[in-house]
Amino acid sequence: MTADPAESRDAKLVCRNVWKLFGARGREVLETLGPDPAPGAITAQGLVPAVRDVSLTVAEGEIFVIMGLSGSGKSTLVRLMSRLIEPTAGEILFNGRDLLAASDAEMMMIRRHKMGMVFQHFALLPHLSVLDNVAFPLDVQGMGREERIARARKMIELVGLGGREDAFPRQLSGGQQQRVGIARSLAVEPELWFLDEPFSALDPLIRREMQDEFIRLQSVLKKTIVFITHDFDEAIRLADRIAIMKDGAIVQQGTPEEIVMSPADDYVREFSRAVPKAKVVRVTSAMRPADGPEPQAGVDARATIAEAAPLFLDGAERLKVTEGQGGTLGHLHLADVIRLMLGG
Amino acid sequence: MQASAIRNGIALPRWSGWAIALFCFVLLWKFGAEQLPWAFEYPRKAMIPAARWIGDFTKWLLNEATFGLFTFQEFTRFIAAVIDFPYRIALSLLSTGFLQGEGSAAVQITPPLSWIAVIVTFTLLGLHAGGMRLAALVAACLGFVALFGQWQSAMVTLASILVAVPLGVAGGAALGVLAWRSPAFERAIRPVLDLMQTIPVFAYLVPILFLFGFGPTAAVVATLIYAMPPMTRVTQLALSRVPGELTDLGRMVGCSRRQMLWRVMVPASMPSLMVGVNQVIMLSLNMVIIASMIGAGGLGFDVLAALRRLDFGAGLEAGLAIVALAVALDRLSQAFAARRTGAAPTAGNPVQRHPYLAGALATIVIAGLAGLAVPAVQTYPEALELSTGTFWSEVVAWINVNFFDAIEAVKNAVLLNLLIPFKRFLLDLPWLGVAGLLAFAGWRLGGWQLAVLAGVLAFLIAATGQWEKAMITVYLCGISVLFAMLIGVPVGILAAERERLWTVVRVVIDTLQTLPSFVYLMPAVMLFRVGDFTAMVAVVAYAVAPAIRYTVLGLQHVDPKLIEAGRAMGCTPNQILLRIKLKLALPEIMLGLNQTVMFALSMLVITALVGTRDLGQEVYIALTKADPGRGLVAGLAVAFIAIITDRLNQAGARAARARLGLGDAQA
Ligand SMILES: Nc1ncnc2c1ncn2[C@@H]1O[C@H](COP(=O)(O)OP(=O)(O)OP(=O)(O)O)[C@@H](O)[C@H]1O
Ligand SMILES: [Mg+2]
Repeated sequence: MTADPAESRDAKLVCRNVWKLFGARGREVLETLGPDPAPGAITAQGLVPAVRDVSLTVAEGEIFVIMGLSGSGKSTLVRLMSRLIEPTAGEILFNGRDLLAASDAEMMMIRRHKMGMVFQHFALLPHLSVLDNVAFPLDVQGMGREERIARARKMIELVGLGGREDAFPRQLSGGQQQRVGIARSLAVEPELWFLDEPFSALDPLIRREMQDEFIRLQSVLKKTIVFITHDFDEAIRLADRIAIMKDGAIVQQGTPEEIVMSPADDYVREFSRAVPKAKVVRVTSAMRPADGPEPQAGVDARATIAEAAPLFLDGAERLKVTEGQGGTLGHLHLADVIRLMLGG
Repeated sequence: MQASAIRNGIALPRWSGWAIALFCFVLLWKFGAEQLPWAFEYPRKAMIPAARWIGDFTKWLLNEATFGLFTFQEFTRFIAAVIDFPYRIALSLLSTGFLQGEGSAAVQITPPLSWIAVIVTFTLLGLHAGGMRLAALVAACLGFVALFGQWQSAMVTLASILVAVPLGVAGGAALGVLAWRSPAFERAIRPVLDLMQTIPVFAYLVPILFLFGFGPTAAVVATLIYAMPPMTRVTQLALSRVPGELTDLGRMVGCSRRQMLWRVMVPASMPSLMVGVNQVIMLSLNMVIIASMIGAGGLGFDVLAALRRLDFGAGLEAGLAIVALAVALDRLSQAFAARRTGAAPTAGNPVQRHPYLAGALATIVIAGLAGLAVPAVQTYPEALELSTGTFWSEVVAWINVNFFDAIEAVKNAVLLNLLIPFKRFLLDLPWLGVAGLLAFAGWRLGGWQLAVLAGVLAFLIAATGQWEKAMITVYLCGISVLFAMLIGVPVGILAAERERLWTVVRVVIDTLQTLPSFVYLMPAVMLFRVGDFTAMVAVVAYAVAPAIRYTVLGLQHVDPKLIEAGRAMGCTPNQILLRIKLKLALPEIMLGLNQTVMFALSMLVITALVGTRDLGQEVYIALTKADPGRGLVAGLAVAFIAIITDRLNQAGARAARARLGLGDAQA
């Protein structure tokens, strides 16, 4: 394996050649079949190859989205990352430490203090009020009542559910229930935050609203996030980087822009076709080296083409692309923008 | 089935195996008597003396067995103490009052709770759990008990229920948790649970009598054995059905094993667990009468005594008092199961926070004090008691005077034309042939394991000398099940189509199922006196409920698309019913048949009291003679019949499901 630069620097979580075969004697079968077994050979042994040879690195502070259709092994992968299930083969490093070598007691402490998870179907405890649900992880840790209630209230406030503390899960809408789930997973202030299809059970309008909420939260919290979804648009909207899974293997990983602009195969192309390029491509990819007179109007380097487009409305032919307070990186030409937007 | 034909490499039609087997059977039956007499009458010399072994074993357990640190007898004494202590408290509270000193020299320190206090407490419980209507129902049930002069006995019964239920729930739940944690333990305990639920209660009364002596403690032990298994099953099932996400949540927040169980699993499965609690309560009440045979006292004893002296009125009233208790406790526990915890108010003083508790305590104290001055507050005044006993006796007398001939004619016709010929037929059959046929059925329906199970169990029945009595059991059970199905299936078919009728029928069968089985015996004895016919009537009445229920469920579960399709093809309503609905509902109706057989068997044992000659009678005689071996062997024979029927039937239902393409057979 080639060394990934991110891996050595600020990698929060690293998976190296991780396999998960469901069924009896998975390990032996994997050993006998050699380093690169065909999926057919595995199913022939009566095993389900849910995750196949996955290597990835989640960097500190990024939103890493794992996207794939139903049954592609996303949940299995995230359960492996949190070691809710044991991999058949491979390595998992958390903060540079071998997670698979941790004892049960150590795992318990890691999960109590460093990881949080949001579940697709919310997983709220039906017998506890909103407040007690959010305080539950703290209670499990043995935190005193005063302190955990105070912390839980803060989290409920944060996700915008202030005033519903005494409600019970069944009295809340789906969106509200998931806010409780989010508040609960945040209550322990995790370093690594797993979200397994958190918005899939919600209807489209609420989903959109929750995504906005999520973006707002992340801009405040700056967590390291592993986010699972089967919705490509959601992945594009939220991700710093995306890994696309198919039949248990990762077919491509990269920034949304890389995936949309140069899909690795037809499977990925099928997803990216419907995505308007302008919404993904960043101005830095379309800009040209600065030449000629400096334009008046400027645009931030992280903006997408779609965000930059309205700035041309007052008749400008070019925009300068700037990075923060720093200097000009290049110029964005109207013609390029039009081509990208019409190209779809 | 196809697989076996393919294995044999012969393309015979499916029924040909059956034809050959039946042919051999008839051959043996008609012509084998001369050559193979032992195939008809199991030879005495080869008999397994199981009864003696069990008797010796029990003596050994009592006198010599030791677990190293303590002897078996010390172990039973320990269990007795665990039961006895809470029982004494409950009994003192409800019935005798707290006493100082022993026997007749005892002095009452405090009186028991007054009847008003008990009624008010339970009513407040009802109000707390289910609101006004439940409170009214509970009050009415307990009021009924007081009004008909059953209060004293009812409190004795209630005391043993109040001890048996928590112990049964705790013990059953603990076993359930272990079974859920360890698949090995689950595998080990499942056959034990099966046996506990299929051996007729009478059979283990005698060993319990031996181990614990005559008295309420032994009665509670018997009740526990009877009432605990469902709790274990329910617990295990409920825990394994907790959504995977919740267990994941528990692990993700770092729960320890204990936190996982108590903070996540148990609360999340609480509604299902409460169903188990309800089962324990109902089964404990079911046991009340039988338990009184080994010293439970209370209402059960009253019913039994009345039955023995054929005092129908008194028996009926005590029986109805049991029903009233059952209804009250059943609805209370169901309400607690359905109750959703609201936010407990945290403000205010203790009285404001727990108004019901405070109310109950206040009533208890006030009624207790008032009772010292006014006896009517302490004990329900006899002058206000009502008795319909004589009325019922008169009704029966009137029916017997006016309809004696008609009833007798029906009874004799059925006896002569149906019961007796069928009994003769079964008694004539060679045990070897029957065992072989059962094994063959097992092989065709479920493979060689089932064949071995059916064959060996049938052989054991013969080898322990129970064959003849077992055949009488089969005959009574078979006839009763036939009638139950003949009544139940048509009623089910009618009810399945008509929503309103089904609502009514369901209420009726739900109520029928809360009645203790003895209650069925009484009207039957009143009208038909003792004998096989009476037993049959009681068994049919008891076993008809599952026949109806499963028929309705089966018909209602038929995929409506298939019915649409049938209609589109121009089927007449009759064709739809026969060709589509009943056919597709068949597996479920077969499960209903299975349940009907189980119900019939359990009732049949009780009908020994009205003079049948079957295994039940054998068990009952063993009970009166305190012969543990004899009772257990006969009891095991009943269990074997139940197990053979159950397994064959389930395998048949599975095969039917597979043939109809209804998917997985795990119903
Ligand atoms: N405990 C298990 N035992 C056997 N097979 C399993 C188990 N869990 C998952 N699988 C199989 O592994 C594969 C991947 O499942 P997984 O739940 O990870 O998919 P997913 O991508 O999360 O799908 P979804 O979007 O539906 O949640 C599926 O084929 C599934 O049937
Ligand atoms: Mg999933």
